[in-house]
Amino acid sequence: MSPTITWAVTRRVLTQLRRDPRTIAMMLVVPCVLVTLLWWMFDRDEVMFARLGPPLLAVFPFIVMFLVTSVTTLRERSSGTLERLLSMPVGKLDLLLGYALAFAVVAALQSLLAVGLTVGLLGLDLEGPVWMLAVVAILDAVLGSTLGLFVSAFAQTEFQAVQFMPALVVPQILLCGLIVPRGALPHVLGTVSDLLPLSYAVDAMDRLRASSGVGSDIGVDLVVIVGFVFAAIVLGAATLRRRTA
Amino acid sequence: MMNLTSEAVTIENLRVVRGGREVLPGLSAVVSRGQITGLLGPSGCGKTTLMRSLVGVQRVQGGTVTVLGEPAGSVGLRRRVGYVTQAPSLYDDLTVRENLAFFATVLGAGSDQIARTVALVGLDTHVDSLVGRLSGGQRSRTSLAVALLAEPDLLVLDEPTVGLDPVLRAQLWSTFAELAAGGTALIVSSHVMDEASRCDRLLLMREGQIIADGAPDALLLETGTTDIEAAFLSLVDQEVAA
Repeated sequence: MSPTITWAVTRRVLTQLRRDPRTIAMMLVVPCVLVTLLWWMFDRDEVMFARLGPPLLAVFPFIVMFLVTSVTTLRERSSGTLERLLSMPVGKLDLLLGYALAFAVVAALQSLLAVGLTVGLLGLDLEGPVWMLAVVAILDAVLGSTLGLFVSAFAQTEFQAVQFMPALVVPQILLCGLIVPRGALPHVLGTVSDLLPLSYAVDAMDRLRASSGVGSDIGVDLVVIVGFVFAAIVLGAATLRRRTA
Repeated sequence: MMNLTSEAVTIENLRVVRGGREVLPGLSAVVSRGQITGLLGPSGCGKTTLMRSLVGVQRVQGGTVTVLGEPAGSVGLRRRVGYVTQAPSLYDDLTVRENLAFFATVLGAGSDQIARTVALVGLDTHVDSLVGRLSGGQRSRTSLAVALLAEPDLLVLDEPTVGLDPVLRAQLWSTFAELAAGGTALIVSSHVMDEASRCDRLLLMREGQIIADGAPDALLLETGTTDIEAAFLSLVDQEVAA
């Protein structure tokens, strides 16, 4: 592993993103638009908005970042640059970490915008501290991007990559407690829900909504999310193959 | 320094299967340092698969490939072997300079190397152009520049002169000759037989096998022909007759 190479990858990915203003705009604007749509849907029913706002602040950036990263690394594959890089002195982890860092920067921007809008303009009621809401939102977006990086290793084409969204993200949305509280799920599904990263993201948001203190419960949620982030990076690196058929 | 023999590459009984088809059924060959070795043969005969095996990105089913004294694909070789694929492997949304700077960091090459390689491939006037906006020839030269950054001991070039005008082709071949004179081993594939005379040595390939190995003049003499294309055809005839 080499910090110099990791950082070079991060800078390169950010430069490439900068050349594509439309993608950046979509990444930054779409979660904001979705949150606004939610607020409008409940026609100033502040109670419902306060109930659904925080969990969806976890879900929207998660989805957007997942989609973008699952396709981005495929470009690296189809352009032949991945093979070129892997024939050079690049650690697989350097590559994955470099990508993850670059997308973490975007994820942070995106989440700060969405949280600022939700709390500032749309007047979300929250018991917990706003900065914590931002931290959780950023971590969730980073989680989405690292899971996207991981699954992109299993896709050969963009068509395959976008299918991971309904296959891997929608079940997480169904089981994360947003529609049916996790405790009320059938036993087996409750266990599955315990194994899915998005459940912990939504749990953390729910705790912030309901209680003013930053307790150890939320600490556990965050540790689990960070664990999933690193597991996705390490597993993503492990699936890269220098030799291919 | 690690290996004082003149052999840059030794291939023994290399067997590669791709998509259920045996592309290389058991190929053996040797490539020397300080020479341009031409790998000639029709499209689909296994040239690219052989080159990928030398670089260590091809999954192989059997045999050994030794490059600069180490097994192909070893960690120690990743800076010493330069590889240019047929389709340029570059970031289209970065400029020539940004592409080179990124790969230079990865290879641990300095900024003086970027300037040197840009001049070597004649892209001085295009360093700040986006690669996606370059012509096909300019893109393949950028890809070549990346491979030259770390001054590799072995250069593996897959059809590097396709789509280049005659002047540029001549320039590149003289660059290759200079590199070879400096001790670099070059393997250059082509399906254009008229480039054969530029090589010090030729490996003629057909259906995953080396059907002839020697200096261009020797091959012409042996087959009693006047150009490599005729020599190739005569060798194929001999093989079919045998």
